[in-house]
Amino acid sequence: MKLTGSEILIECLKREGVKTIFALPGGVVLKIFDMLHQQTDIEVVLTRHEQGAGHMAEGYAKATGKAGVCLVTSGPGMTNVITALADAYMDSVPLVCFSGQVSTSLIGNDAFQEADNIGLSRPCTKYNFLVKDVNDLATTIKEAFYIATTGRPGPVLVDIPKDVSMAKAEFTYPSSVAIRGYNPTYEGNKWQIKQAAEAIMKAKKPILYVGGGVVFSGASKELLELAEMTQIPVDMTLMGLGAFPGEHTQSMGMMGMHGTYCANMAVHYSDLVIAVGARFDDRVTGKVSEFCPYAKVIHIDIDPTSIRKNINVDIPIVGDCKSVLRELNQILKATVNGDQRELRKPWWDQIREWQQAHPLAYQQEPEGAIKPQHVVKRLYELTKDRDPIISTDVGQHQMWTAQYFKLAKPNRWLTSGGLGTMGFGFPAAMGAQAAFRNRLVLCVAGDGSVQMNMQEMATAVVSKLPVKVIILNNRFHGMVRQWQDLFYEGRYASSYLDTTPDFVKLAEAYGAVGLRANKVTDLDAVLKEAIATDKPVVVDVPTYPYENCYPMIPAGGCNHEMILEDPPELKRRMAGAPSTGSNEDKDTILTA
Amino acid sequence: MEHIISVTVENKFGVLSRVAGLFSGRGFNIESLSVAPTLDPSMSQMTIVTSGDDRIVEQIVKQLNKLIDVIKVVDLNESEFVSRETALIKVHTKSEDRAEALRIADIFRANVIDSTPSTYTIEVTGDPKKIEAIINLLQPLGIKELIRTGRVAIAREAIRPAVSQPKKVARE
Repeated sequence: MKLTGSEILIECLKREGVKTIFALPGGVVLKIFDMLHQQTDIEVVLTRHEQGAGHMAEGYAKATGKAGVCLVTSGPGMTNVITALADAYMDSVPLVCFSGQVSTSLIGNDAFQEADNIGLSRPCTKYNFLVKDVNDLATTIKEAFYIATTGRPGPVLVDIPKDVSMAKAEFTYPSSVAIRGYNPTYEGNKWQIKQAAEAIMKAKKPILYVGGGVVFSGASKELLELAEMTQIPVDMTLMGLGAFPGEHTQSMGMMGMHGTYCANMAVHYSDLVIAVGARFDDRVTGKVSEFCPYAKVIHIDIDPTSIRKNINVDIPIVGDCKSVLRELNQILKATVNGDQRELRKPWWDQIREWQQAHPLAYQQEPEGAIKPQHVVKRLYELTKDRDPIISTDVGQHQMWTAQYFKLAKPNRWLTSGGLGTMGFGFPAAMGAQAAFRNRLVLCVAGDGSVQMNMQEMATAVVSKLPVKVIILNNRFHGMVRQWQDLFYEGRYASSYLDTTPDFVKLAEAYGAVGLRANKVTDLDAVLKEAIATDKPVVVDVPTYPYENCYPMIPAGGCNHEMILEDPPELKRRMAGAPSTGSNEDKDTILTA
Repeated sequence: MEHIISVTVENKFGVLSRVAGLFSGRGFNIESLSVAPTLDPSMSQMTIVTSGDDRIVEQIVKQLNKLIDVIKVVDLNESEFVSRETALIKVHTKSEDRAEALRIADIFRANVIDSTPSTYTIEVTGDPKKIEAIINLLQPLGIKELIRTGRVAIAREAIRPAVSQPKKVARE
């Protein structure tokens, strides 16, 4: 039987096991929406902006490990979703984005709502397709899902002209894919793995440096086995959080620019860095030439271009983290002898010393302004038993959440790492909630970044996605303010937000629930109420506006040279600053 | 250091922009680039002349390999190779220079492929040094127009010793 392009698209989605798509209609995709409207297998979450659709698909993908799917129209629909594609590309998120295109006869004619979707998305997708013939549609979609989810995952765009969505073709879904230029390596080189095992046995001060690759390859179990067997401490990147249990005694927490003191000291002074599914990003390495100066480096990654891109590697292993770690564990199991605990004692003594010297810390006065770290910490304590999924936007609140919200398992952590996209958190949380309707999904946001995709509150209400948004409201672009305080002599250029909306009223205007915690003593009760509410909730928490996020490695600095607290001159400058960010203090804030 | 990279790609639209976009997006150099279909019409062959230290060239090769439309990448500098380039040179000739132009063409085994009373169009093929040399000699006569193809290159076959016949033991 012959089907239209739109019907073929829907059939393909069903074969790929897609249950939910995030979409916003427009002229050239009306046929597709019309067909979606007449079926019940796939739920369509109508977003209020295409960027929201893209981030929701990302959240869905990060929480499920499967490809997220979004559908947008041509022209502005496409340009709006670009930020999400670029974000997914940087963070290796499997995503398939379908975009509408003007009819094939009009392409290149500057038609209404025409854009060069292929040209626009080329630098921010793993691959993209323009389907010119409806007979190619099914094969193309199969290939799109295959490319998005295999190897190093990433976003794939399928551009469908209007006439292709309406034309008819015989439908057959290919059972397999063969692309001669695309054959990701999964099995690591055995000789190299043996070399790695030998290096591990020889090392006195080894450290595991694990990233998002471990999460995507589902290698947490293998990582835990390796770490426990060899008693090696584990540093996680921002994207790697959750790959190793945060409360585990061997967890050093996050490393990098706002990583813990011990995580950064350990990597700096180690003699063997075992990088697994991480890419030596500049926010982790700091000054590249002085990153882990005393160490040999083993680098396990499925993407050959990640290896030796930023730093020199002694033992490169191209392959899937899970299969490589499994093989490495097998070799080590046969060779490990003696008590590793005893063997590693001097190294662990050193690490415990670092941990005790500078643990993560903040001062919460019982009567004073609420400290943002305290909110995250309380949120963690109150929800950890419910195994929540948590998303963040980008900025200070993101770093505090990374520091204080300890994740026990992978696929619970939704954050924008590589691109640093403000406005990511709220829609990403909704995407995860759409995948897991009964789970607790939290979003920690800043008052600045949450406003970048605030419109999706309508989607949350209408599509019944009861995410809990906790806004750490300091009335600033906090991270910008922190840099201005540290490096620009406290001149707050465009970082004070002045008229922040009343988030409680805003939530209520959308039909969601708005709550506010004004005092430290209210905090627990308000958070508990939010968690217990079966609707989208916004919790507005006015926090101390001048809190800075430490430790901090200044951009381009060395990992062992961290700023651990406000420098003395900043403290002097701050002595007269107001303690809250309420409107009455506006003038003092601006002149501070 | 200069490297010549031979890239086999899918012969379909948009592939050139993917390769060119990779170079511009990551700040790699392209000194010359030539593309044409191979014996198998579903594939094209690109010859890219680029430069950079070992680390950069390693990245270029890896990044090219990562492109889904790229089937094979060979850094020709890793072994022996031969490379050629063709130039078409339109020389403005006064009557007293016409014999000189032909002499120069002859020295370089170049062909005259078009001629008018006041111009010769000369076709020359060789390695870049040869092309530079003929351009230098023709320049004083007045070069009206010059077009170069960019280099194409191919790996040399490994030299095997000639197959020697096994000695036959003479029957007595």
